[in-house]
Amino acid sequence: MKNFSGKVLFLDRSDINTDEIIPAKYLTEITKEALTPYLLEDLSLPSFNNKEDIKDKVVIVTRENFGCGSSREHAPWALEVNGINVVIAENFARIFRQNMYNCGMMAIELSKEKIEHLFNTYAGKSTSIAIDIENDKIIVSSEDTSEEIDFKVGEFDKTLVLEGGWVGYADKNY
Amino acid sequence: MGKTLAEKIFDAHRVDMPFPDTHVLKLDRVFCHEITTPIAITDLMARGMDRVFDPTKIKAVIDHVTPAKDSKTAEQGKILRDWAKRHNIKDFFDIGKNGVCHAIFPEKGFVRPGFTVIMGDSHTCTHGAFGAFAAGVGTTDLEVGILKGVCAFHFPKTIKVVLNGAMKPGVYAKDVILFIIKELTVNGATNMVIEFTGPVVDAMSMESRMTLCNMAIEAGGTSGVCYPDMTTVEYLWDFIKDDFSSKQEALEEYSKWKSDDDAVYEKVYEYDVTDLEPMVTFGSKPDQVKTVKEMTGTKVDQIYIGSCTNGRIEDLREAAHVLKGNKISDDVRGIVSPATPAIYSQALKEGIIEIFQDAGFCVTNPTCGACLGMSNGVLANGEVCASTTNRNFNGRMGKGGMVHLMSPATAAATAIEGKIVNSNHYKA
Ligand code: SF4
Repeated sequence: MKNFSGKVLFLDRSDINTDEIIPAKYLTEITKEALTPYLLEDLSLPSFNNKEDIKDKVVIVTRENFGCGSSREHAPWALEVNGINVVIAENFARIFRQNMYNCGMMAIELSKEKIEHLFNTYAGKSTSIAIDIENDKIIVSSEDTSEEIDFKVGEFDKTLVLEGGWVGYADKNY
Repeated sequence: MGKTLAEKIFDAHRVDMPFPDTHVLKLDRVFCHEITTPIAITDLMARGMDRVFDPTKIKAVIDHVTPAKDSKTAEQGKILRDWAKRHNIKDFFDIGKNGVCHAIFPEKGFVRPGFTVIMGDSHTCTHGAFGAFAAGVGTTDLEVGILKGVCAFHFPKTIKVVLNGAMKPGVYAKDVILFIIKELTVNGATNMVIEFTGPVVDAMSMESRMTLCNMAIEAGGTSGVCYPDMTTVEYLWDFIKDDFSSKQEALEEYSKWKSDDDAVYEKVYEYDVTDLEPMVTFGSKPDQVKTVKEMTGTKVDQIYIGSCTNGRIEDLREAAHVLKGNKISDDVRGIVSPATPAIYSQALKEGIIEIFQDAGFCVTNPTCGACLGMSNGVLANGEVCASTTNRNFNGRMGKGGMVHLMSPATAAATAIEGKIVNSNHYKA
């Protein structure tokens, strides 16, 4: 299982698309590692610096419809090679969400209110999140506060995370 | 309780339900291109599982960057080419025979009503125009599709869009779908199938239906779908004539692939398109749509006519109809990419290529080309493109570039003026 605990990157925007996560011109790479420097290079978000801001982060917290657009699995891979294995959002584009779980990564959906709460309470602070997948809990903490938030993950998605992805599971079962 | 078309296809293809709402479907087609497939191939090789479930059900094409533009794209093509040869994948389309995936695969008759289709490409939803469930997937799903011929889906709910009335001159399927995306928003159909029905769809050619279904993903949709009818049978007839004694018999067989009258929908939208105006996007999301009238006078630097949305013969005819006898503005560059070799040949025969060239367009070989900003017409920072493609994301056609999506007719008129304008000014 991948590492699901660490520092949080807040991206305060909806509809962040796959071209922003990894621009098409890098799709000529045939290893995942080669994508490392280009993650979120074209993100349109004022004052975001893709070199500095993603350093040491493990979890992204963002708004609606994250990962819309292209089917490119390069999007989760670009996150993965930068150590980011979890994205928490109000909802995701279907293909991106499936790609995350297929890679044994997590795309967690929380209600609008809970996302709003995370932004209001933690954005701008040094925040960490730990995912307790056995008990469906997110543990959030910053310098001055800490709390637990429940989340739901489907059985299929959970199985993919625990077994490390879809290829192994499918090979065993079909 | 009746069933939707998608439910019927799921029922006919389900091989397992390992968890609640996890439907593992048998695949009729796995389509591949050179951008998302090579990593699946190299991963399968690394796992010691370099096999394919059925070479006759796998179809592959090099389309995104062709001819190769550099060593990396040459390598991607080579991995796909070697793999197709190694596994005896007969339907592999290489340079000289290749075209944009979602145009060439239907043209070859690879998609049939009731089929399940996946491809490592988000616009796979295009093939739903034939009454199929066709979904874009990532490389891992593609890899499992190649290896095992299955793919897992959560059950998609269906949104029904009923289109009534008749389109005015100068209004096309592209304008209709831009309008629908504006109504649904970029997230409005996420995890859902969009069913396009009604008299407007019934009257549409397969090409126009593909234009509609192509952009279902821009509203988040898993697949667009249209019901198969005589238009579908006519389009496929050359490929299916040995399977049926008459077109009527084919129609009867295919007619089972439609929703029941009492099927349950997530939502039903009903529109009358009679007063619909030509539409165009502004901004960098496909649901940011205005009428051409509102955007008239917006200056552009480049025109791109092509892609899996609007690179088919019908599209080239519409654009040529506007361009005939005109020259494009000195302030713009025009690029047209016929989507397949057959479309290119047909356009040559009809004198369409000549019209484009006389007007000042550059005619490229069939390829995705400028659509995704990887080759053949990348924009410079700050440049604006009037494009018949499907995605206007920030930087889609080149870093710092801006894209306005529109119909081929509007794009042609815009080329002449150098500014966004209604095509009706240029028609007899
Ligand atoms: S034409 Fe554009 S949208 Fe269509 S498959 Fe090619 S790159 Fe994708």
